[in-house]
Amino acid sequence: MTTPVTVYVPRDSAALSVGADLVAAEIERAAAEAGRSVRVVRNGSHGMLWLEPLVEVVTERGRIGYGPVAPEEVGDLVAAGLLDGADHELCQGVVAELPWLRDQTRLCFARVGITDPLSAEDYVAHGGLTGLRRALELTPAEVVAQVTESGLRGRGGAGFPAGIKWKTVLDTPGELKFVCCNADEGDSGTFADRMLMEGDPFTLIEGMTIAAYAVGATEGYVYIRSEYPDAVRTMRQAIAVAREQGWLGGDILGSGLRFDLFVRVGAGAYICGEETAMLESLEGKRGMVRAKPPIPAITGLFNKPTVVNNVLTLASVPTILADGAAAYQALGMERSRGTQVFQLAGNVARGGIFETAFGMTLGELIHTYGGGTRTGRPVRAVQVGGPLGAYLPANGLDLPMEYEAFASAGAMLGHGGIVVFDDTVDMAAMARFAMEFCAEESCGKCTPCRVGAVRGVEVIDKITAGQDPDGNLALLGDLCELMTEGSLCAMGGLTPMPVRSALLHFPDDFTARGKPSTGRYEEAKTS
Amino acid sequence: MASPDPSVTDRVRALVAAHRGDRGALLPILHRIQAEFGYVDSDVVPVLATELNISRADVHGVVTFYTDFRAEPAGRTVVKLCRAEACQSVGAEQLVAYAERTLGVKVGQTTPDGSVTLEQVFCLGNCALGPAGQIDERVHGRLTPARLDALVTKAVDA
Repeated sequence: MTTPVTVYVPRDSAALSVGADLVAAEIERAAAEAGRSVRVVRNGSHGMLWLEPLVEVVTERGRIGYGPVAPEEVGDLVAAGLLDGADHELCQGVVAELPWLRDQTRLCFARVGITDPLSAEDYVAHGGLTGLRRALELTPAEVVAQVTESGLRGRGGAGFPAGIKWKTVLDTPGELKFVCCNADEGDSGTFADRMLMEGDPFTLIEGMTIAAYAVGATEGYVYIRSEYPDAVRTMRQAIAVAREQGWLGGDILGSGLRFDLFVRVGAGAYICGEETAMLESLEGKRGMVRAKPPIPAITGLFNKPTVVNNVLTLASVPTILADGAAAYQALGMERSRGTQVFQLAGNVARGGIFETAFGMTLGELIHTYGGGTRTGRPVRAVQVGGPLGAYLPANGLDLPMEYEAFASAGAMLGHGGIVVFDDTVDMAAMARFAMEFCAEESCGKCTPCRVGAVRGVEVIDKITAGQDPDGNLALLGDLCELMTEGSLCAMGGLTPMPVRSALLHFPDDFTARGKPSTGRYEEAKTS
Repeated sequence: MASPDPSVTDRVRALVAAHRGDRGALLPILHRIQAEFGYVDSDVVPVLATELNISRADVHGVVTFYTDFRAEPAGRTVVKLCRAEACQSVGAEQLVAYAERTLGVKVGQTTPDGSVTLEQVFCLGNCALGPAGQIDERVHGRLTPARLDALVTKAVDA
């Protein structure tokens, strides 16, 4: 009996969405038929999503990748020597040496795609728990100082310094404190939180445990949107494994630290990604935004001091503690330190995850790594930072990916999601959609957002229909200003950003046209 | 007001009991009710209010706030198509229009035979492989009209 060949087939839901489960089953079947012994490991995705399902075979040369593999191609691939890493038109070579991966600086995503996400053994073998062990050697205040010195800012979009938030919670006395992870990743074009939770959930657990130690919290919640059933399942399984391993519970790693973690599932409300709405939802209420102050660090979940951080913020913490604040701080530019997990999405030839230090330009990401549009047509607009982020024109892509550079360009880096559009996009339709989305998802607490978004759709419709365009454009400008200044949270406050940027960069799209506002994509495809 | 079926009341009470120790347990309980009954009947609202010692208005407010909690049962197969920006950039609106045409219902409606409910969703986290959709529990990427037809037919026949 020969040693089984190890074959990796991702379990990430993006890979599953294009048939990875079928591919895995086919490999088992085809190998058995060929009399070969295989061990199929379901890993996370490396984030080269255009290659999914990406099958990797362990050879003496390293992990050889094949992709994208359709289930019906597996038989031929195995016959052509896939299990020995043989050459084939789908063969990508040694995966770790592909430029896309080689050129990244993977800290958050260091293990994603490489390990079996639920294997405690894999986790430790690939450096897991180093950060937590190091943290436990320090005092809580020293851990907070490390996070502050690293320059880590909230990855959810707002970019607030994580260390300052943690220090507030540490300094607020309280018998009961919480650590809440915001995994309500509702922004279109973002999927890094999901991929981390599905691909390396222990990192998030470790980051939250470090946070708990640093601020004196004993209970944590991961609030995951219901649109991510695979992430929910994986996180719950990982928490169960972590409890068995003594990584969570009453005596973590024998240190006496007590912390336990629970997954809560959202119920289809985009607004629950806003931290105070998320807290309300965790309390079992409608996801209505709270007025701030009081801030959650002092009066948070059930009015207790609470750390609320995004998945990637918390998942960056283990590496900061393991390698030291200085190493993390050395990466990046200006006041954006460390790495950001950028997500290339939409109409892009090579979409996926690209983790790199802040500072690479948007254009380099889209063209060099993303390979331009999937349709092969010219890039016309790019939306960065989710549905509340600005649209940038094709000639404005030399911006460095960094918080302040984006802010000064009237845009927003946000959660690092990049959505590419080709030249068939109708920007008046996209501006209208921004208002429509806000109207659909507003929690309704404040009037500028609740009513403004509805009026926004109406006034854009009038503009594109050619009804008093000058008057209605002025009205839209006023409305945007009111929403920006008068809304309680970022939902109403930032919805004008995509609208105004579309007006600024693509004014011609708003003037009355003979064509309806949809259908240009289809026309372009068939022309 | 008609009092709810006693067996339903007992089942709801059992679900509440399973979450007795949880903080702010209403959402987890509603998810369980939705999973067990397929929707959250207005009859269960007073039961939950009594069990959790909150007002009926509070329970009603939560049930109606969240898209996931249905007031009536969905079709046997639920098709959700993503209409968020990333999927729009690769033709989601056209796919939604196609689905409405072929299924003969608008987004938010169920076919007259109760086989398919068509819904919109804003982002499934599959933004590099759009257009994306979810058919029952499974997310599908790179959807085309033909692939959507095949997947829907398979789900309906299953």
